[in-house]
Amino acid sequence: MIRVDAFLVAIAVASALGVVGSQHQARKLYAELEREQTRMHGLEVEWDQLQLEQSTWAAHARVEKIARERLGMRVPPSGQLFSVEVAQ
Amino acid sequence: MTKRRPVTFNHNPLLKNGLPGWRVRVVMLGLMCGSLALTGRAAYLQGVNNDFLQAKGESRYARVIEAPATRGRVTDRNGDMLAVSTPVRSIWAIPSDAQLSPADMRKLAALLEIDVQELDRRLGSGREFVYLKRQLSPELAQQIADLKLPGIHQQQEFRRYYPGGEVMAHVLGFTGVDDKGQEGVELAFENSLAGKPGVRRVIRDRRGQVVDDVEWVRSPRDGEDLALSVDSKIQYIAYSALRQAMTTHKAKAGASVVLDARTGEILALVNAPTYNPNNRTDLSGAQLRNRVFTDTFEPGSTMKPFTIALALERGKVRPGSMVDTGAGRITIGKATISDSHHNGMLSVAQVIQKSSNVGTVKIAMNFQPEEMWRNFDALGFGKPLSLGFPGEAGGRLRPAHTWKPVEQATMSFGHGISVSLIQLAHAYLVFARDGEMVPLSLRKLDGPPAGGKRVFSSETVHEMRAMLEMVVSPGGTAPRAQISGYRVAGKTGTAHKLEGGHYANKYVSSFVGMVPASDPRIIVAVMIDEPSAGQYYGGTVAAPVFAQIAEGALRTLGVPPDAPLVPLQLAQKAGDPPPVKESM
Repeated sequence: MIRVDAFLVAIAVASALGVVGSQHQARKLYAELEREQTRMHGLEVEWDQLQLEQSTWAAHARVEKIARERLGMRVPPSGQLFSVEVAQ
Repeated sequence: MTKRRPVTFNHNPLLKNGLPGWRVRVVMLGLMCGSLALTGRAAYLQGVNNDFLQAKGESRYARVIEAPATRGRVTDRNGDMLAVSTPVRSIWAIPSDAQLSPADMRKLAALLEIDVQELDRRLGSGREFVYLKRQLSPELAQQIADLKLPGIHQQQEFRRYYPGGEVMAHVLGFTGVDDKGQEGVELAFENSLAGKPGVRRVIRDRRGQVVDDVEWVRSPRDGEDLALSVDSKIQYIAYSALRQAMTTHKAKAGASVVLDARTGEILALVNAPTYNPNNRTDLSGAQLRNRVFTDTFEPGSTMKPFTIALALERGKVRPGSMVDTGAGRITIGKATISDSHHNGMLSVAQVIQKSSNVGTVKIAMNFQPEEMWRNFDALGFGKPLSLGFPGEAGGRLRPAHTWKPVEQATMSFGHGISVSLIQLAHAYLVFARDGEMVPLSLRKLDGPPAGGKRVFSSETVHEMRAMLEMVVSPGGTAPRAQISGYRVAGKTGTAHKLEGGHYANKYVSSFVGMVPASDPRIIVAVMIDEPSAGQYYGGTVAAPVFAQIAEGALRTLGVPPDAPLVPLQLAQKAGDPPPVKESM
């Protein structure tokens, strides 16, 4: 009788420890998931900001100014334009 | 030595005499009552009334937190970013909690970039809640958080950035401090752009970290991204051309719109003066005004093609029919309508080319008012376009039965009727699309919209386009609208402005045209309000702006030329007729 009792107590204790362990594991994994989601959000924000930055650098006004002033480019006058037919 | 008897409980000498039995029973009863009361209370707390305690317990570790949702991005038709929300932080305080030392005050004021006195005033205002500064960058907000000041809190918000700046200002509009649309597209598409923040319940540990998800009370929904029909390159071309014209002609205002003739998409929409949506301190109403949509003006001669096209459609005239404009005057009732110079006999095509008021009136008087009204109505005049843009004006088109003959006459050449620039451009779709009208779109479309509404037959439209090409040729009112390599069809307009019921000596110059005339791809409408550098005719003020915008737009879209690429002959040769001044 006493053996059976001892056995059952041992199983109960093991199961209780198992619950504690897996709960801890779950929380740890959840915290990790949370961290990754925060990171994902942060990266999304950064992506938006980089796109903003790109748009700012590539603003047409800026491109035109640099093309005209620094690179000395200009729109060709109509006499210098040729139309090329592309063979199908 | 006497052997001591051990004293046990049972044989306690004190009990030897025996206590009365009732005393034992009273104590027993008392103890039982006590234990019953405790059991009852425990059962009540555990079983019957457990909600309250459970809620109290949960509040020690469970939290309801808001999950923010971002507002949708706005891009142009090629995917270029036009409006993006990025997170910022707002600093707020509970003044009664915020007992700061002078040193902390100075540090905080320096980080917030406000005066110490101002900070002191706000914290001493006696209110429960006060914003110290809104929309700070996350880095700066972190520095403030690191000060760990009592009673100073932060909350996450979003701020909208517009990399296009003033070029795109009137298309996009802007959002307020709460990230809600207040103008332009931001307001028109508020419902789809706005995100819905979610709410979730979580479990937090002692250190405030979220350790478990209990439930999503409401999932967050990010705003939908929006691809506009606008092409940011064409928009920039239009913007710089308009700005240049504003300076050259010392104009009060100007506006331009570019439409895709095949789909009815709005490719560009610019206004001047404009503003920078990223920095909206001291804005004036004039800058905010989206003239393309909200301002109506008497269009003047740009309306003539619609009257003449109706006459062609009804078979009242042919392009070659002759009209006697006499001495350039016609009297209807008490009013006299005149041309700016005498043309004598003109063909219908020349009436358009030289923009003769008298000729147009003579043709228009063949109609019943009802017929003309129906034509204007079918072209979309007199009612808003319903694009959802804030403040869209419908213009003025009175019901036909109230028209007096002189009004019918003036309306035929665009006076006594008022339209917005977008309505005018929209109506010209009929000439670019072989007689069909389609609705305009601010959203990028995948293909041409199905089911246009036929207003004119395609023969009428081809005849009209040929006449509109003559306007741009030497001898017409707008040779300066020519573009090398492309055939251009268009019409000038110069209208006196109506001020307090009288025509003042101020003008609105306009030009609406389409290219390439053989198979129109785009429609460009330009309006310059009160040019005051001497010139005010549509052909000299608005037409060059048209040419500049259209040329750039054609290059951007890669439209093949439909005319030989030759240098333009704008300079007058000895034998050429001088460019014609149009009538008003």
